[in-house]
Amino acid sequence: MAKVIIDGAIVDNHWQRLDAEAASEGLPEGKVIVPLAFWQEHREALLARGDVAVCLEPGEEPRDLAEDLGALPLVAIHFPAFKDGRGYSYARELRSRYRFEGEIRAVGDVLRDQLFYMQRCGFNAFDVRADRSIEDAVASLRDFSVTYQGDVNDPRPIYRRA
Amino acid sequence: MYVYQEYDQRLLDERVAQYRDQTRRYLAGELSEDEFLALRLQNGLYIQRYAPMLRIAVPYGLLASRQLRRLAHITRTYDKGFCHVSTRQNIQMNWPSLEEVPDILAELAEVQMHAIQTSGNCIRNTTTDEFAGVNPKEIEDPRPWCELIRQWSTFIPEFAYLPRKFKIAVNAVPDEDPAIIGVHDIGVQLVHNAAGETGFQVWAGGGLGRTPMTGAVIGEFVPWQDLLAYLEAILRVYNKYGNRDNKYKARIKILVKALGADKYRQLVEEEFAELKDGPMTVTEQEIARIKACFTAPDYQHDVDTASLDAQLADNKAFNRWYHTNTRAHKQAGYRAVTLTLKKTGRVPGDISDEQLEAVADLADKYSFGEIRNSHQQNMVLSDVAADQLFELWTQLDALGFATPNLGMITDMVCCPGGDLCALANAKSIPIAEAIQRRFDDLDYLHDLGQIDLNISGCMNACGHHHIGHIGILGVDKKGKEFYQITLGGRGDKCSRVGEKMGPSFEADEVTDVIGKIVDLYVEKRLENEPFIDTYERIGMDSFKERVYG
Repeated sequence: MAKVIIDGAIVDNHWQRLDAEAASEGLPEGKVIVPLAFWQEHREALLARGDVAVCLEPGEEPRDLAEDLGALPLVAIHFPAFKDGRGYSYARELRSRYRFEGEIRAVGDVLRDQLFYMQRCGFNAFDVRADRSIEDAVASLRDFSVTYQGDVNDPRPIYRRA
Repeated sequence: MYVYQEYDQRLLDERVAQYRDQTRRYLAGELSEDEFLALRLQNGLYIQRYAPMLRIAVPYGLLASRQLRRLAHITRTYDKGFCHVSTRQNIQMNWPSLEEVPDILAELAEVQMHAIQTSGNCIRNTTTDEFAGVNPKEIEDPRPWCELIRQWSTFIPEFAYLPRKFKIAVNAVPDEDPAIIGVHDIGVQLVHNAAGETGFQVWAGGGLGRTPMTGAVIGEFVPWQDLLAYLEAILRVYNKYGNRDNKYKARIKILVKALGADKYRQLVEEEFAELKDGPMTVTEQEIARIKACFTAPDYQHDVDTASLDAQLADNKAFNRWYHTNTRAHKQAGYRAVTLTLKKTGRVPGDISDEQLEAVADLADKYSFGEIRNSHQQNMVLSDVAADQLFELWTQLDALGFATPNLGMITDMVCCPGGDLCALANAKSIPIAEAIQRRFDDLDYLHDLGQIDLNISGCMNACGHHHIGHIGILGVDKKGKEFYQITLGGRGDKCSRVGEKMGPSFEADEVTDVIGKIVDLYVEKRLENEPFIDTYERIGMDSFKERVYG
């Protein structure tokens, strides 16, 4: 089974992510991540299923999901390219504004050199790009022992921590 | 200056290790060109026309003599023995090797320096007035606030991959804009309210580059405790809604313009409402800790100024330099001295390893061991006692740093241009040199007075051509280099974008065109009227007619 990083550990990936086309052909058994538009269209049925998560693309904001966050076990945020940094703000907003406590998973062009930043914005799961070593990636979560700013894990900036 | 705590140093050391591993993985083929590009840019490393260029951060332009000596050592060991002062008050090296950059970073880290976020689509080095802390006109020393912003913006996770680069500048002088905050992504103006409390008027959406414009006031009065929360709110709106499809429309200025300042402000206020009075609030204790790093040095209170008066009366060259290159100081008996790195025949802003060491020695001897870089690509010794000025002048003169042309047409700001930079459309250094040769006569130069001349080799506007009283922009037309002239830009009392004069010129025409512009000024000026005032009085058409007529 494919692997994913969750809470700093490499574990089996139980979630299958479907794009719009695949989702429209019918959802398979088991845990699935669907696009926001598909979720909005089939909301009632999917909520009843309980093992469906939603993936936000850049331009789709957490507020589009605000009503449903209590019922969602996982929100995925897609990085079509690692350089598109909108997802960092979305993850932070999910945690800080909407107090989302489920899993926030980075999917797509997810690379080790961005993981340290991502975890500080509220991502706790990383679906590292398949052609890269997930073992290398997990190590990068400890690249720094010092941070100046507060973050979602500890909102205190360095000058309030002492 | 700011003194590192254990944690500041540890962060740098961890950064060196991280970047060393990134370089190793790139060289081993484990990182693609595109992946490494973003990483190396956030470390100030460009791949240029002939070699990489490394931009080293100099927070708000402030350097200690030991840092200058280390830069000298690095330019000698890893480069060709010289470096370049940039318009962001940073230092650039033009010939390091990519493989050795981690070693350079390790050397820099030993003296509390780095290259973090000196390029890339992230928050860049925060800049301010090069006379910060000694400028008698400032309401407060802006440097502690710059340092606060530096720490907040260093490796700030949410804003590491912005739509485009992001520059913040801080100004503490009322009615003048020495830090050109009007043309920054965010400009922070220190103000006092009616109750005498410190706060900030916060501007956003200014910028040079392809679509130059001045910013709009977004926060009329942001109390100092809220500064970081307010900046974060502005950045968050930009990160979410800035254009990511077209790099030429990706700066915050385009977003502010598209939404309008009122709408932008409303979005910022919504974000700010969540952050206000939260953990981001700056504490009295923290700002006091930082301010304690910027206290006045141990000034002498009985400086003998009589000898200076005699020297000024006796020596015309010294007198000219004194009135041009030194300026008033907060502390009685002291002057701030600018070292002009603009001697004719030398690339504007370039300085050699030996000169760096010599300046470090002068700083130790005459100015409490500190040096500042200015955004006009000069260096400043900010705290020189009046009775030391003559001695300092003779030494600066020997080094070639006493050319009395500060603020004059030959004290030009100039990017590296097509000689070195891969982005440039045209060369800028030979144009600068030709103009310097034309205006080399000191009496004539002083008769002309203050004229800001800025040269950029391309639209990216590293030479800040839009804000020069006279701006020169290199453009490419069918593979040939041409130069477009703008007039009326300002980066002095205020920030203002200049106006294009008309069709562009070939390289060998530029000096004559500048000559015609200056001649018209001389003919039309009123008594003691500086160039920019004459321009604003008589208007563009007169200049057009003279040049194209």
